[in-house]
Amino acid sequence: MRLELGHIYIKDIQFAAESKIEDGILYVSEEALRAVALEDEKIKSVSFDIAKPGESVRITPVKDVIEPRVKVEGRGGIFPGVIAKVDTVGEGKTYALKGMAVVTAGKIVGFQEGIIDMTGPGADYTPFSKTLNLVMVCEPVDDIKPHDYEAAVRFAGFRVATYIGELARNLTPDETKVYETCTIKEGLEKYPNLPRVAYVQMLQSQGLLHDTYVYGVDAKKIVPTIMSPTEVMDGAIVSGNCVSACDKNPTYVHLNNPVVEDMFEQHGKTINFVGHIITNENVYLADKQRSSDWTAKLCKMLDLDGAIVSQEGFGNPDTDLIMNCKKIEAEGVKTVIITDEYAGRDGKSQSLADADPAADAVVTGGNANQVIILPKLDKVIGTLDYVTKIAGASEETLREDGSLEVELQVLTGATNETGFNKLSAR
Amino acid sequence: MAKLKVVHYINQFFAQIGGEEKADYPAEIRVGEVVGPGMALTQKFGDDAEIIATIVCGDSYFNENLEKAKADILAMVKEQAPDVFVAGPAFNAGRYGVACGTIAAAVQEELGIPAVTGMYVENPGADMFKTQVYIVSTKNSAAGMRDAVNKLAPLAVKIGKGEAIGASSEEGYIPNGVRVNFFEKERGSKRAVKMLLKKLADKPFETEFPMPDFDRVDPNPAVKDLAHAKIALVTSGGIVPKGNPDHIESSSASHYGEYDIAGVMDLTEETYETAHGGYDPVYANEDSDRVLPVDVLRDMEKEGKIGELHHLFYTTTGNGTAVASSKAFAAEFSAKLKADGVDAVILTST
Repeated sequence: MRLELGHIYIKDIQFAAESKIEDGILYVSEEALRAVALEDEKIKSVSFDIAKPGESVRITPVKDVIEPRVKVEGRGGIFPGVIAKVDTVGEGKTYALKGMAVVTAGKIVGFQEGIIDMTGPGADYTPFSKTLNLVMVCEPVDDIKPHDYEAAVRFAGFRVATYIGELARNLTPDETKVYETCTIKEGLEKYPNLPRVAYVQMLQSQGLLHDTYVYGVDAKKIVPTIMSPTEVMDGAIVSGNCVSACDKNPTYVHLNNPVVEDMFEQHGKTINFVGHIITNENVYLADKQRSSDWTAKLCKMLDLDGAIVSQEGFGNPDTDLIMNCKKIEAEGVKTVIITDEYAGRDGKSQSLADADPAADAVVTGGNANQVIILPKLDKVIGTLDYVTKIAGASEETLREDGSLEVELQVLTGATNETGFNKLSAR
Repeated sequence: MAKLKVVHYINQFFAQIGGEEKADYPAEIRVGEVVGPGMALTQKFGDDAEIIATIVCGDSYFNENLEKAKADILAMVKEQAPDVFVAGPAFNAGRYGVACGTIAAAVQEELGIPAVTGMYVENPGADMFKTQVYIVSTKNSAAGMRDAVNKLAPLAVKIGKGEAIGASSEEGYIPNGVRVNFFEKERGSKRAVKMLLKKLADKPFETEFPMPDFDRVDPNPAVKDLAHAKIALVTSGGIVPKGNPDHIESSSASHYGEYDIAGVMDLTEETYETAHGGYDPVYANEDSDRVLPVDVLRDMEKEGKIGELHHLFYTTTGNGTAVASSKAFAAEFSAKLKADGVDAVILTST
């Protein structure tokens, strides 16, 4: 499969009467955005705001972060099975609006997760302090069930991102990257001497606000399967989770999966990037066994020499991570795993909930329990009403001077386990 | 700013007194003298610190007269009242390494003066003292002196000034079991690809997180006479009385709750909920018996299948909670359960 990914750099976002992209500036009509968001009758109202890097702005609770894209050539459309009709994506030509994101925020259900600080120490940890953020805060209709509400906000974000992506359809990209994979036979002929390597991505699937969707299918209900690594670039995988926001993959991370990018960079040079295996992290033991068995089986069927396994979340999924690693290694496939740590606030505790000697090559996204003081910022988009209850906060979180004492856990994407960041620990 | 005052500890060999034949040399202090490796340290300290005294002690003397040598050296250090104490580097010299670790830990512990030493990772002193004092990782012989001093001097200055100490890989000390965050030069995915390439080529690679020795608990033997047993419920699923009166955190819990369920036959949506942030809370909030099965145990109590349900339950959120915290909670409430004559516990997770 061959995908051309055109980058269109967005330098600023402004509200305007008419939506358009001109000279790298995204102008958006609030009215038009509102109409797109309110297409779903479960959403009562929505407000929009713009947060720019360096501004004294805190966005919370954050649900998802989405990069707008548009499919300009080839099969299917962005977010297949969710927004676009079901069709296999990952080939042809796609444009991505770089340097910006749509951020969905607002109260959802249970624990209200995720903080993005646009300045200060928190901004060093969340990757989304570096993007121009168009933030939408959704209010539901009364008496809506939590699962319905979560879905409504999730879909509203994709609709708005798709609407913005469409504005780029007739533009000329500032830069184009080409990603191309081979079929099994082609790969063997073309790169007979290169090690065969795949990416094994574990998708969060523990339940409400811990879900992920593949072509619209709830990842709880999939068995492990193989994708072309270019499919995610067209939105084949989307996020439905944000609890313990530090190590959950917002849709932005799926679209820009760094393991996919960095494996492509070596493809044809030092490795033959054979494919992208996806599996889930269900809470039942039988599911864990089936999924890890299948993942290892697929690695063997692809005659892999090596694999990188990325996790999403922690605790319960640590068991899936170790089962995957052990079983893949047992098939003679060399693995590197990417995880993060919960070593306690003092860093002295056991970092993972499971361990095995087979996991001898680990990349870590850092200790999520590390305490950080987030100073009071001038403006809050969303609400601080739940800030003492989110994962990584406590009753003592809100201090007298308005600053927050929290664990890194609260910051969206801070200890990401696809290796999105530079944060690590020793 | 005034220079930090340093007292430096070395053995008879590095003081150029002699080798093994002089290893019984007793501890002595040379006030105002910079000896042997102290020269290189002084150079590296620059304007930040200076060695105000050097203590020399034979390795055999130290280890064979441990208590006396320790007491004598501590008294010498105390009198000098330095800002920081530096021992070694000891490289792969076993007795010297143990002496450096022992005295550095003692100075830190008993005098409250920060201390640092350096040695080869396989020096027995490293394993013995790495969790007590910062030990700079050196090569296995004195040929690595320059490298050792390049790490030892800046770390001594930082520790002396009371500055925050970075991760082991940044500062060059032997990992001490405390995980410290820092920013790498490359993102994680790139590091993973590089690590995999090395692993594929059978080249040495360094994991960022060595697997710990995992703590596994064997289950107790089965309870023989359930019909007369007092059963308690304990959960890491975060079930609490509605409103979470003790504010148990949704993740990384700092405490556990103890709640009375005397007379409670059923946990309802109006009376109980979960504080846990790590799973879909909807079903637990609708009916908390799904996580903490009070209703079923009440039935079994009535049917005579169990003796009785203990009137207190213990609860916390397992989500993101440090193992050390969980152990401390359990140690405390296990004693209470025992004192209350509980025969068995049903521990529910999520």
